[in-house]
Amino acid sequence: MDLKASDRFNINSQLEHLQAKYVGTGHADLSRFEWAVNIQRDSYASYIGHYPILAYFAVAENESIGRERYNFMQKMLLPCGLPPEREED
Amino acid sequence: MYLYSLTLQRAGGVVCATNGNFVGGKTQEIVVARGKTLDLLRPDEAGKLQTLLSVEVFGAIRSLAQFRLTGSQKDYVVVGSDSGRLVILEYSRESNLFHKVHQETFGKSGCRRIVPGQFLAVDPKGRAVMTAACEKQKLVYVLNRDAAARLTISSPLEAHKSHTITYSVVGVDCGFDNPVFAAIELDYSEADLDPTGQAAAEAQKHLTFYELDLGLNHVSRKWSEPVDNGANLLVTVPGGGDGPSGVLVCAENFVIYKNQGHPDVRAVIPRRADLPAERGVLVVSAATHRQKSMFFFLLQTEYGDIFKVTLEHEGDRIAELRIKYFDTIPVTCSMCVLKTGFLFAASEFGNHALYQFQAIGEAEDVEASSATLMETEEGFQPVFFQPRGLKNLVRIDQIESLMPIMDMRVMNLFEEETPQVFTLCGRGPRSSLRILRPGLAINEMAVSQLPGTPSAVWTVKKNVNDEFDAYIVVSFVNATLVLSIGETIEEVSDSGFLDTTPSLSVSLLGDDSLMQVHPNGIRHIREDGRINEWKTPGKKTIVKVGSNRLQVVIALSGGELIYFEMDMTGQLMEVEKHEMPGDVACLDIAPVPEGRQRSRFLAVGSYDNTIRILSLDPDDCMQILSVQSVSSPPESLLLLEVQASTGGEDGADHPASVFLNAGLQNGVLFRTVVDMVTGQLSDTRSRFLGLRAPKLFSATVRGRQAMLCLSSRPWLGYIHQGHFLLTPLSYETLEYAASFSSDQCAEGVVAVAGEALRIFTIERLGETFNETVVPLRYTPRKFVLQPKRKHLVIIESDQGAFTAEEREAARKECLEAAGMGENGNAMENGGGDDEEKEDALSDEQYGYPKAESDKWVSCIRVLDPRTGNTTCLLELQENEAAFSLCTVNFHDKEYGTLLAVGTAKGLQFWPKRSLAAGFIHIYRFVEEGKSLELLHKTQVEGVPLALCQFQGRLLAGIGSVLRLYDLGKRRLLRKCENKLFPNSIVSIHTYRDRIYVGDIQESFHYCKYRRDENQLYIFADDSVPRWLTASHHIDFDTLAGADKFGNVYFVRLSQDVSDEIEEDPTGGKIKWEQGKLNGASNKVEEIVQFHVGDVVTCLQKASLIPGGGECVIYGTVMGSLGALLPFTSREDVDFFSHLEMHMRQEHPPLCGRDHMAFRSAYFPVKDVIDGDLCEQFPTLPPDLQRKIADELDRTPGEILKKLEDVRNKII
Repeated sequence: MDLKASDRFNINSQLEHLQAKYVGTGHADLSRFEWAVNIQRDSYASYIGHYPILAYFAVAENESIGRERYNFMQKMLLPCGLPPEREED
Repeated sequence: MYLYSLTLQRAGGVVCATNGNFVGGKTQEIVVARGKTLDLLRPDEAGKLQTLLSVEVFGAIRSLAQFRLTGSQKDYVVVGSDSGRLVILEYSRESNLFHKVHQETFGKSGCRRIVPGQFLAVDPKGRAVMTAACEKQKLVYVLNRDAAARLTISSPLEAHKSHTITYSVVGVDCGFDNPVFAAIELDYSEADLDPTGQAAAEAQKHLTFYELDLGLNHVSRKWSEPVDNGANLLVTVPGGGDGPSGVLVCAENFVIYKNQGHPDVRAVIPRRADLPAERGVLVVSAATHRQKSMFFFLLQTEYGDIFKVTLEHEGDRIAELRIKYFDTIPVTCSMCVLKTGFLFAASEFGNHALYQFQAIGEAEDVEASSATLMETEEGFQPVFFQPRGLKNLVRIDQIESLMPIMDMRVMNLFEEETPQVFTLCGRGPRSSLRILRPGLAINEMAVSQLPGTPSAVWTVKKNVNDEFDAYIVVSFVNATLVLSIGETIEEVSDSGFLDTTPSLSVSLLGDDSLMQVHPNGIRHIREDGRINEWKTPGKKTIVKVGSNRLQVVIALSGGELIYFEMDMTGQLMEVEKHEMPGDVACLDIAPVPEGRQRSRFLAVGSYDNTIRILSLDPDDCMQILSVQSVSSPPESLLLLEVQASTGGEDGADHPASVFLNAGLQNGVLFRTVVDMVTGQLSDTRSRFLGLRAPKLFSATVRGRQAMLCLSSRPWLGYIHQGHFLLTPLSYETLEYAASFSSDQCAEGVVAVAGEALRIFTIERLGETFNETVVPLRYTPRKFVLQPKRKHLVIIESDQGAFTAEEREAARKECLEAAGMGENGNAMENGGGDDEEKEDALSDEQYGYPKAESDKWVSCIRVLDPRTGNTTCLLELQENEAAFSLCTVNFHDKEYGTLLAVGTAKGLQFWPKRSLAAGFIHIYRFVEEGKSLELLHKTQVEGVPLALCQFQGRLLAGIGSVLRLYDLGKRRLLRKCENKLFPNSIVSIHTYRDRIYVGDIQESFHYCKYRRDENQLYIFADDSVPRWLTASHHIDFDTLAGADKFGNVYFVRLSQDVSDEIEEDPTGGKIKWEQGKLNGASNKVEEIVQFHVGDVVTCLQKASLIPGGGECVIYGTVMGSLGALLPFTSREDVDFFSHLEMHMRQEHPPLCGRDHMAFRSAYFPVKDVIDGDLCEQFPTLPPDLQRKIADELDRTPGEILKKLEDVRNKII
């Protein structure tokens, strides 16, 4: 039993370590909103990183690439709108 | 199916650029990242940008920075890419390569949110470099040097901050104090947790200074202060004795000076007077000019206006910040101010330009200043200005860029030898139709008519040390014409040449005498005017001549060869005779090697389909060293020394070798290596050049020997960055050519064709295509060919722009306003008129004025590609924009071919995709296809993004609905529809009774139409969600597609499923009705998968050379063109996959990305061999080449030949 407890502790701490190190690592109680926010931020970061995609969007929206990059960065603040009200627990 | 992928034209667009002194010495170079290639550019003396080096790195370059260690003479390049590694490169002049000095791994590969690589900043003194990600992570590396003065790099120091978005990072100039980096950061942690939205509204960007303590080897947050919430870009202000230090924060509408312990100094960025109020002004690129005594900044806004920013300062106190309008050039992603007085502007879309500074904005102009900043209740008072013509800059060169290619088609509309590639390129006012032809561009300098039809032409110098040619000698059937080259080119008669006979050869002999060979003898004209004449014995005539500066061989009729050599006194002496078995078809002697008495080899071609190599050495004079039989009688021979060995900026490290080139009568160019010692021939290559026997001439390209081959079209064989390239010239058929050099034209060619003498130069070496440009009005979307008259119909649309009439009205108003102000001054008015004329062309320079984002403009254009004239232009009204088109023949044939155009009215993408209405217009071609007449338009409920003809009806993809229409009198009539497509249909192809539908997110769906039951149903689909950007029908079961993430893939319906469906009397319908997990009952298989690394926007199956195999050609957003060639033999597949494997191992990509991982970035690469990697083989050091060749059981020469062969199959 003693061993088991330390194991559990170990796994938890490992998970915590991962969550701290890699942004977006999920956990058991992850809400739909948190998941979506994370995915959206990843997507925006990917658009910013891949210049051809940025250019593709810029053509579609008839904006300059610099403006498009800035807009995506701005959208990283609230990518899915306001978070839902927390249920009191 | 195995494919060989090859980039035909490298990307033209630029991601980022940095300038510095990378070669060493006084010159300034620019390093340019074009997505997956890294280029080194340099403006030459004439102000033309030359590409010194271009390397494919197999990774996405995202940022570049340049730094120099103190006291060093040379700059290094730091590259931030998607490799999860920091790479420091040094350019080596000797080998013309970038050397990887350091490669430090810090994270996972790929463009991820928290893996650094997006931003790079260096300490201005070159002591540290910071690399940052979009979020959280920042790493600082300390740069230093060891005892041997080599660059060292420390392990990374972390400066992370969680839940923080980074907008921009720069190094702050603080002299030799501890290095400081500044970043614009935004903390989102509270906004994520606050459902009321208050925290999000109050989220504040901060400017943070990170200090690297060199003593403690530690990075700390030194200072953090709120900054304007529109901040997006930082610019370093010179410090440490040269200036006040600190940073300029560029924010929406403002530029703010900030420094620790200094109050903010803020000034507004002037706005264009016609800018809608809803829009801000954002700075998108910046450049700094610094000299000892002064510095200023150039900031460019998203509309293209450049502002000069100056700081009034006393010590490190800023008194005033001024923003003055400088000039307007197309929007750039990067600007570089060179110390030599040039501005390199890397445009976001379209051609890049090099400008020269005429002035530095000292003259009066609109100016905003921190001193006059007015704050009112509505915020800060804006300053307005009108863009005007260039005052401070003048454009001196441009680099072509196809970015973005929107649509492309390979067709042979002009019935030329090779098909042309029609591409729609560019955006907004810089849009164009570009017609690409494989081959080098020609700049014709002069064409003059001659009295009669010339048969040959030569150029000759008077003295070996002369820089330029003295005479052009033209031979006719019975006369010779001598033209002297001076200020003008005119006929002379005092040259000593015999003008009453045709000539066979004219050349410089010895140091300063001239030789003319004519059918009856050799005329040797000495420098002092004495003439020695050698006459042919008996009735024999000279038929062929080969000569270099010291040796002459003539062939007499009957096959006798006579060999002459020049002796010490400058006399031409007969040395040896040799009887050949039959008439001589052609002969050639190689040029005398440097420091030698004579060239050792004579090549003789005979009509018995053989080429012999004869020795000219005194020991074994006229002995046959080797014999080569060829497929057809040789017409022309040229011994060419391929001297790639000199290294330097343009050559690779190879031993020089002599190539024997032979043009055969069947149109084939035959090339073989001549062993320098034994004269043995080996390693033969042949290539079909055209319908006429190629005539070969030596020419000079960039100071090296090159070869002109004149077949039914001219070709140039030359060395470019270590590769031997044989490229066609885009010019008409030529008869005879010679190199030409005068003070107007250093490296030209003079040629005869028909009755004309032509002088031209060859431009843009190394390019695969040359282009003809036809400007367009708005961003082109798609085009189709009007099948009968071969006209092109192009649709163009732009969001957020004004229609042509509105623009015209606004311009008039603006000119009137300007005229009023200038009424007092007549001179000014005159000047104004000039500007008006310029203005007509200037949309390309200034861009269109911005309208509100819900406005659309669009037009349908009919264009004659032969003349480039627009024969009809319909501008759509009231916010309607065209998105799709096709030609359609309805089965009742009343109107013949009609044009269907899908449009949307009032389309908006944000906050939610919405539209007022969609329409399908039906047009009739009138006036022989030159013009369009609207038949009717039919309203539909969505945007018709795809249209296609099908069995005499029109198929339209409208949102998620596929619908079949028939032509009615007043509108289109719905016949049948299927609403089961997942998102939005973007492409439709048809073949027999099958319909292949592409969905915007869900790849392909194979459909069938049952006429008897009038039903459309899906019988197969793809299991992978692909965001389609391009698609092409390959065969009955196979489709090629490309997705938004830069992958190209092929899907195929397996043979048994396909057969089953064809044999099934219900055509698979019963199975379809059952369905399978919300999808179709059959799934297509992915048979090919390849990551291109660039968004592919168009695909086509085509052949670029006559008789060549068909390959899939693609065009990308970054303006590159590539080809995928299917292999025809298993042997080749084995060979190339092994070569690729060895190349991956021995020559990993430059910027640290694993090659296999890059090509498999989203899906594992399948059955595609990367030709771009294989083609790097010649750039490897010789021993490595040999090592790889040994493992493949071949010689390096054989591998090179294989590479050349496979390329020749494509282009």
